[in-house]
Amino acid sequence: MIELRRVSVRFGGAPALRDLSLVVEPGAWVSLIGPNGAGKTSALRALAGLVPFEGEIVVDRRDVRALGRRELALLFAFVPQKPETPPELTVAEYVLLGRTPHIPYLGGERRADRLAAARALRRLDLERFAERSLGSLSGGELQRAVLARALAQEAPILLLDEPTTALDLGRAQLVLDLVDSLRGDGLTVVSTMHDLTLAGQYADRLVLLDRGAVVAAGGPAEVLSTATVAAHYGASVRVVEEDGAVFVLPVRR
Amino acid sequence: MAVDSVRPAWGLAAAGFLVGALVVGLAVGPVGIGAGAIVESALAHVPLLHVRSPLDGVQEAVLWQLRAPRVVLAALVGGMLAVAGSAYQGVFRNPLADPYLLGVAAGAGLGATLAIVYAAAGAGTEALVPLAAFVGAIASVVVTYALGRTAGAARATGALVLAGVTVATFMTAAQTFVQQQHAEVLQNVYAWLLGGFATSSWGDVAVAAPYVAVSSVVLVLHRRVLDVLSLGDDEAASLGIDVARTRLVIVVVATLGTAAAVAVSGLIAFVGIIVPHTIRLLVSTSYRAVVPLSLVAGAGFLVLADVLARTALSPAELPIGVVTAFFGAPFFAVVLRTSRTMR
Repeated sequence: MIELRRVSVRFGGAPALRDLSLVVEPGAWVSLIGPNGAGKTSALRALAGLVPFEGEIVVDRRDVRALGRRELALLFAFVPQKPETPPELTVAEYVLLGRTPHIPYLGGERRADRLAAARALRRLDLERFAERSLGSLSGGELQRAVLARALAQEAPILLLDEPTTALDLGRAQLVLDLVDSLRGDGLTVVSTMHDLTLAGQYADRLVLLDRGAVVAAGGPAEVLSTATVAAHYGASVRVVEEDGAVFVLPVRR
Repeated sequence: MAVDSVRPAWGLAAAGFLVGALVVGLAVGPVGIGAGAIVESALAHVPLLHVRSPLDGVQEAVLWQLRAPRVVLAALVGGMLAVAGSAYQGVFRNPLADPYLLGVAAGAGLGATLAIVYAAAGAGTEALVPLAAFVGAIASVVVTYALGRTAGAARATGALVLAGVTVATFMTAAQTFVQQQHAEVLQNVYAWLLGGFATSSWGDVAVAAPYVAVSSVVLVLHRRVLDVLSLGDDEAASLGIDVARTRLVIVVVATLGTAAAVAVSGLIAFVGIIVPHTIRLLVSTSYRAVVPLSLVAGAGFLVLADVLARTALSPAELPIGVVTAFFGAPFFAVVLRTSRTMR
């Protein structure tokens, strides 16, 4: 279980995130949504231990501030919005780098690491791409390779920053389906999402941030209303609910 | 999965290249000594083997007191410059990083010159020069990196190199100033500055070897970490690497080795570019291949460059920096052209 207690992130003067309190149950998928600059990425980066924060983050009763870099990496696998993918690296080499927190600082991979990397490749159906270079992959394949790298880390919590930005609709659904299926293996997911319809269909819970503060939280139907989306995104939308799913449709003004 | 660090064949090829280069380096010179005789003479120095050297006293002296230290020193310096180049490229995520272009060599030059000029003659100067070179080199790399960052993102390829050229120019100017002020030691400094192994002795080897050994061992041990750093600071950190500390360790260690190499050999450019990039083209871009193979191939490369420096205008000698620059500059141009994809 992840608990954030009044977490704030500050860059210089103005806080990018103010007093975020949130509980994420094991196996849940929580999506942070909100307009550009709302603090979604800051929240995720605070969780990953990449930015200093005020407040407390507690994972399974352990204060993350007491954890070293390596221990953090064993808890959280982080996929940034624009992952760095050295084009000449092969998929297999790249995925194996995900084993870093399990390998001594100056050591090399052992058999267990190779097996874990192979499992991650198989899980994301990338075995036939193992020897291909990252530069030769399509956008969807690359995103799968990045997920495989995160999966090879074997951390119980997956942090995804805008996992579908670079993908077309079909590829986006494919990737989100994959992430969802990984939850079946016991993974907890915290993501930021731009696309509200997809966010609502995949996450159990949405947290809407605006100017660094939480303005709404709960199930998709609670958070995604015409009024809230209009108020915080400045967008004109129609929200349609059908068979329990919520669709946010832009309407031309 | 074929994710082994270096395929053994490439390791053997690099080792073979080095051994070949060493034999050529020992064999070539005004006194003709055959490769077979070199091997026999070497074996004669091994106790308990009871091999008799086929060489006479003069040949033995030429081989072991003149050529051998020169060849060994060239190997040490070449391996060091190449492995340091590959480490700088990884740590700064910049394909054009090189001890020379980052101003490290020029800073080491200034430090060494100050030591030669101001140190009390005699007592301990030999040992002081590498230390002074190290201080100058560290100062340069810090200023270069800071300057490169102010110009833009830390990984902006051009900014770092421009900063390095700026720092190198300044350090070289300061070095020339100090040198001209002290005409009495001008010749010492000049001989050193041009770069070369003409006056190499086993003493130089003894000065450089410990630094080169420590530095290259530490860098080779970091080969996998350098691959992790190639994913960028955020991802390396989220994989459990303390990025700032790792970067510091690698830069300090690479600079230490470079300074020692510069202190005994002068300024030799481009080795840190040519060798690692050739390995990237031939073998793999993974630092697990690039770092150890650069060490071995760089050693062989500089031994051969030194052979060329000795023989091209024989009996006169060409400064070895001229030889490496002659091959390195066009190579650099090629890397510059392709570096867009080599990030």
